[in-house]
Amino acid sequence: MRTSRRPGSALALAAVSAIVLTACGGEEAADPNAEITLTINVYGDNFSLPDNRSLYDAYEAAHDNVTIVENRSDFGTHHQNLQARLTAGSGTADLEVIEVGQVSGYIGQPDKFVNFNDHGVDSSQWTESTVARASTPDGGTLIGLPTDIGGLAMCYRTDLFAAAGLPTDREQVSALWPTWEDYVATGDRFLANSPKVKWFDAGGHVFTGVLGNEAQTYYDAEGTLIVEKNPVVRDAWDLTVDAIEKGQSAALAEFSPEWNTGFQQGQFATITCPAWMMGYIQANAADTSGKWDIATIPGGSGNWGGSYVTVPAQGANTDAAAELAKWLTSPEQNIELYKMIGNFPSQTSTWTDPEIADYTSEFFSGAPAGTIFPASLENAPVQVYGPQSGVIGNTFAGALNSVEQGTDPDQAWESAMKDIQAAAGEG
Amino acid sequence: MEKLRSRLYRFDLKGSPYLYVLPFFGLFAVFGLFPMAYTAFISTTAWSPRRAGSEDESVGLENYQNLFGDENFHNALINTFGIGLVSTVPQLLLALGIAHLLNYRLRGRLLLRMGVLVPYITSVAAVALIFNQIFARDFGLLNWFLAPFTENPIDWRAEKWASWLAVSAMVTWHWTGYNALIYLAAMQTIPYERYESASIDGASRWQQFRYITIPALRPTIIFTVVVSTIGALQLFAEPFLFDTTRNNNGGSDRQFQTVVLYLYQQFWTNGRYGYAAAIAWTLFGVTVVIALVNFLLARRIRSED
Repeated sequence: MRTSRRPGSALALAAVSAIVLTACGGEEAADPNAEITLTINVYGDNFSLPDNRSLYDAYEAAHDNVTIVENRSDFGTHHQNLQARLTAGSGTADLEVIEVGQVSGYIGQPDKFVNFNDHGVDSSQWTESTVARASTPDGGTLIGLPTDIGGLAMCYRTDLFAAAGLPTDREQVSALWPTWEDYVATGDRFLANSPKVKWFDAGGHVFTGVLGNEAQTYYDAEGTLIVEKNPVVRDAWDLTVDAIEKGQSAALAEFSPEWNTGFQQGQFATITCPAWMMGYIQANAADTSGKWDIATIPGGSGNWGGSYVTVPAQGANTDAAAELAKWLTSPEQNIELYKMIGNFPSQTSTWTDPEIADYTSEFFSGAPAGTIFPASLENAPVQVYGPQSGVIGNTFAGALNSVEQGTDPDQAWESAMKDIQAAAGEG
Repeated sequence: MEKLRSRLYRFDLKGSPYLYVLPFFGLFAVFGLFPMAYTAFISTTAWSPRRAGSEDESVGLENYQNLFGDENFHNALINTFGIGLVSTVPQLLLALGIAHLLNYRLRGRLLLRMGVLVPYITSVAAVALIFNQIFARDFGLLNWFLAPFTENPIDWRAEKWASWLAVSAMVTWHWTGYNALIYLAAMQTIPYERYESASIDGASRWQQFRYITIPALRPTIIFTVVVSTIGALQLFAEPFLFDTTRNNNGGSDRQFQTVVLYLYQQFWTNGRYGYAAAIAWTLFGVTVVIALVNFLLARRIRSED
C-alpha cells in the first residue's frame, strides 16, 4: 500500500506546486486595485467578531476593490471544518478565526498558514504571552493576530455576599482572596451563612483559574507532555476537589442550558470571569443588572479565551487577506469591538486609552473593568501551550464534573490521565 | 448490415440491464465503496493531522489490537447495546399499539395518522433542545413532576441508567410514529373478513389483535426489528446533542457515549484518524454480525409457521 501511494503523493505534490507557482506568478503581476472578494470564516455569536457587518463595511468603504463575505458557524463545526480543509489542501476561507484554546493545535502545521512575521507585523503590540500562543516554539512563525483577549478577574454577586455576611466592596472582596486557598476558605464562610446558594459554578473554572498563574502546565518548553508528573497540575486538581467535596460547586457544565439558567437564578455567588464573560452574563441574565461586581482573581493573573485571525496559505489572495487581518486586529478596531460587544482589546497600547482605561460597567455596579483586566494580563506568566492544550483542559473540566456527580476523585484522575494519553500521547 | 443489427440486438438484450443499474453502482462505488476501502486503508496507519507525514506511517493491525483492549470502547459498546435495547423494545411495542388504534374507524383519522409522523419530521436538533429542558437537573420539567417522590432532583447525565433513559426517550419520541405508520400500512392489507368471522365466533378485540393482527404482521415486525437494530447501533445525534462536555465525552464519565460518538471523539477531538477508522470498521463488522443473527432468527420464526 505504501509504495502504491507514492505516485499519488507525487501527483498531489506536483498539483500543489503548480498552484503555488501560479499563486506566486499572480502575486508578481498583482494589480493592487484589481477587484477581489475576501472570505472570512468566523465562529460563535459574538465570541470572535461581532455578528454584524459594521467592521467589514468600514473596510470596504476604505478599499473600493475589496468585497468581504463572512461565513459563521458554531464553535465545534468551525474548527473541525478548518482542520478538514487544511488536511484536504483546499476549501478554507481567505481568513479563518481560531479560538485561543484551539490555536495551539494548528501551530504544528505552520506551513499551512501565512507567517505574519513576513508581513511586517510588529509583535510588540501585544503582550509576550499573547504572541507566544500563536507562534511556533522558536518564534519564527506567527500564524495568527489576536483580536480580543480574556484576562481573568472574579465576578461576584453583591446581593448574595451581603446576605451571607461577607463584605461587598470590591477592594475588600479582593483582599479576601490573595490566593486560591483563601478563595476556598472564603467559600466555607459563605456556605456557612448561605446553605442554598453555591460558591462557584463549576470545578473546571476554579481549576482553569489556578493554572492561570503557572507558566508550565500540560506541556514543558520543549513540547513534552508533562501533565501527569507536573505537581502544579496535581495541586490545582486537589484544591478543586477539596472545594467540590466541601459542597462549594453548583456542578453546572459550562455553556450548557443549565449553566445559563444558573446565572439567571443566582445559583452561585462567584465565577472565574474573563473579560468576555461580562458580555455573556449581561446577555444571559439581564435581570441581574446591578447585582454583580468584579474583584481581582486569586493569584493575580490568568487568561481564558480570545481569538486569532489567521490566513491559510492555500488562499488565492493571501496578501490582501493579511492586510485585512492586520486591519481587523489594529488598536482602532480593538476599541471598536470592545465598545460594541465587550471583547477586551489585546493591543496593549489601548489599555491606557481613556476609552478603555476609564471604562466602567453599570451592570457590574460601576466596576472599573478597564483597569482590572489589563492588570491580570500584565502579571500573567508566558504560558507554554501544546497542540492538545485545549482538549486537555476540557478533559479536566469533564473529570471534575464527574467528581461533582459522585465519581471517586482518584478514579476520575486516573481516567483523565488515560484520556489525555489517548488525546495527546502521540503528539 | 444484418450482422451489425443482430449484434446490436444482442447487446440490447444482454447489455442494457447492466447499463440501467450502472448509475446506482457508479454512485455506490464513489460514495460507498471507495470511502469504505479508503477507511480500511487509513485504519492501518497512525495518521494524525498534528504530525506531518503520519498518513504514510503503517502500523498494520495495531489499531484493531488496541481497540480490543480499550475499556472506553467496551464501555461504548455496552452503552450502545443498552440504549438500543431500552429504546427499540418500547418503541416498537408502542408503535404496534398506536397502529392498532389508528386502524379503527376514527373521526379525523387522516389527521391523527399524519400527526404521529410529526416527531419523525422534526429535526433531531430541535427535539434535543426540548428534551434538554425536560431532563434538566435544576428547574427541569420532569424533575418538577418527580419532586414529590424524590429526595434530591435527579441528575440525568450523572448516572448511567438515568442518562440511558433520557437518550432513549429522545430516540423513542423520534421513531415511534414512523414505525407505527409502517405497521398501519401492513395492517390494512389484512382482509377485513378475518376480523368479521372472528367476531362472529365471539373473539374479543384483544384476541383479534393477538391472534389475527400479530401473526399477519410478522414479516413487517421482523423488518422493523432489523432496521431499528441497525439504527440503534449507529446512534449518534441524540447522545451528541444531550452531551454537555466540550470534548464529545458522552457524559462526564462516558455514561452515554455510544460507539459512533466515541469514533467522533477519537477522530475530531483527539485527531486519531487511524484509530477512528478502525472503530468504524469494527462497528461495521459488529453490525453485519447482528444483522446476520437477526436474519437467522427471523428465518427460524418464519419456518415455525
